[in-house]
Amino acid sequence: MTMKRLIGLAALAVALGCAPAQAQWSDGVIKIGVMNDMSGTYADLSGPGSVLAARMAVEDFGAAKKGMKVEILGADHQNKPDIGSNVVRTWIDVDKVDVIVDVPTSSVALAVNEIVRDKNKVFLVSGAAASDLTGGKCSPNTIHWTYDTWSLANGTGNAIVKTGGNTWFFLTADYAFGHALERDTAAVVEKNGGKVVGKVRHPFPGTDFSSFLLQAQTSKAKIIGLANAGSDTINSIKQAAEFGIVQGGQNLAALLAFITDVHALGLKTAQGLIMTEAWYWDLNDNNREFAKKFAAQNKGSFPTMVHAGVYSAVTHYLKALEALKSDADGKAVVAKMKEMPTEDKLFGKGEVRADGRKIHPMYLFEVKKPEESKGPWDYYKLRATIPANEAFRPLKDGGCPLVKS
Amino acid sequence: MIEIFGIPSQALFGQLLLGLINGSFYALLSLGLAVIFGLLNIINFTHGAQYMMGAFAAFFLLNYLGLNYWVALVLAPLIVAATGVVIERLFLRHLYHLDHLYGLLLTFGLALIIQGLFRNQFGSSGMPYPIPDSLRGGQNLGFMFLPNYRAWVVVCSLVVCFATWFVIERTRLGAYLRAATENPALVRAFGINVPRMITLTYAFGVGLAALAGVMAAPIYNVNPLMGADLIIVVFAVVVIGGMGSIMGAIITGFTLGIVEGLTKVFFPEASNTVIFVIMVIVLLIRPAGLFGRTA
Repeated sequence: MTMKRLIGLAALAVALGCAPAQAQWSDGVIKIGVMNDMSGTYADLSGPGSVLAARMAVEDFGAAKKGMKVEILGADHQNKPDIGSNVVRTWIDVDKVDVIVDVPTSSVALAVNEIVRDKNKVFLVSGAAASDLTGGKCSPNTIHWTYDTWSLANGTGNAIVKTGGNTWFFLTADYAFGHALERDTAAVVEKNGGKVVGKVRHPFPGTDFSSFLLQAQTSKAKIIGLANAGSDTINSIKQAAEFGIVQGGQNLAALLAFITDVHALGLKTAQGLIMTEAWYWDLNDNNREFAKKFAAQNKGSFPTMVHAGVYSAVTHYLKALEALKSDADGKAVVAKMKEMPTEDKLFGKGEVRADGRKIHPMYLFEVKKPEESKGPWDYYKLRATIPANEAFRPLKDGGCPLVKS
Repeated sequence: MIEIFGIPSQALFGQLLLGLINGSFYALLSLGLAVIFGLLNIINFTHGAQYMMGAFAAFFLLNYLGLNYWVALVLAPLIVAATGVVIERLFLRHLYHLDHLYGLLLTFGLALIIQGLFRNQFGSSGMPYPIPDSLRGGQNLGFMFLPNYRAWVVVCSLVVCFATWFVIERTRLGAYLRAATENPALVRAFGINVPRMITLTYAFGVGLAALAGVMAAPIYNVNPLMGADLIIVVFAVVVIGGMGSIMGAIITGFTLGIVEGLTKVFFPEASNTVIFVIMVIVLLIRPAGLFGRTA
């Protein structure tokens, strides 16, 4: 009897082994590594919320039902390129992670970009902003999903210069992201006939910006452009209010601000700010539904565009894997993602360009006055929609070697 | 306009004043550290977390109990000082006879735990805390716009610093305190409850940190990481001034605020390292710090 069972089991094993290969997931599992700032200045705008967004994407995609075993890992890079590089190397070499997602803080993202290219895995950027990721530093393994410094500069910068803000002073976070945002915005200002009268580069992260704001005040520039993010932006805006910058006739341009920043500032301080975003929860029913589900699992905090971008990127990645039936070759996966049009419930229809830039409309918002807000997290008024074909840097201007002219 | 080192004098005066304002935070915080180190021999790394707790206490008092800034200025330090009493009784008490290092490690661990708990609960972007209505607006000094609130911070900090120095160096209570650290057995023989005095001293130092936290809340957002950002700088200030020296902490606090402010004009990128450069130089020339006594 036991002998019979044994033979039966052996036969079964042989049969399984010989079954026609369905999908070839390396190590049997699709591993998604979400790396960002889990504890510092960018933790609220990406952080644990991005891990949640990735999980929601996997659930909504129905990966389990489709026989795809997906595992999600999270890690904290503490905004330091060396720590981020180590995590990614360990993830890929030891844990067999297939795709790295999010990675705000451009200095870290640029380092990860090179590692992922060497190891032929996939890198889906949502949090980082430096437009170099699809410019000179573009990679066949990387897709830049949500926004970039060029789109922020053109959204906010254009709108402000066209309404008379033609002299600028930059308050710039002193690392790759700040430099890229300052460069891209200065280009927009000058292209529209404006002038950059000065700039100051502050250590990242900072706490006291009053000295820099005073320098901006002395410069008499009409617009003080904040080329920083997270709590740096929050503190700059708060302290600008304290020093009467806006009453003195100068205006602030928050070149990269998130809904979590507005929440932290309170509408009383943030009202009237103009900012460019790729996504806002109150734009349509799908977004609202997602946001409420997200907030319920995220201590009531609503999703930022970074979170929405992670959701959208992971969704498209899984679609590409489903079509390819393999996750082994990172370049092939990215090529497939570029070939397939994108479509998901948060960003609607779009595409991924040859240089790795994901294309969708951007939105110009104005922060509501306290009396205009009807409820929690009701913060933005839509001022303009920047159509997809104008929202991002033209393919030919980026200098990406992947683009054959 | 007259220019000094290529910078308009107006801007320079403005920066000096701003440096003084930041210096008042350094002074208040390093004062608390110096008191605790001078009298308890504990390197209190929890100080940054306690500063943050002061700001949070003010936030809670305003948003849950409707108590305004002025009430918070008194209540928040008391509340946080009470947590200091608990920490002293539960943990620090057992370390006084050990090397400084143990106290440093314990308080550092506590700081990480406290900050972690707050961050987990409240996120990292922080929460808004308004400037009290009576201190809104500011004065145009000609060379700069001075917000009333910041002027108040400087005045308040100077008064608190001077009062603390006076109590410790010039009163009978202060004499007992200093004596108790030198020779606890002898002071106890005079019928003074030394352990309670030490507990209260720690609580007082913690209260100073919390007071600085309340004053910081309207300037910086109430943020779980606000203390972590500041504590290293404040430690550098204390080391430069001389560990345990009350006067050293106050003077270097204000001076380094000004030095940092000037760096922000001439070479902004270096503004958060300049204090450490000074620390290295001072330690090379005077290892006990500028005002420290060599033991």
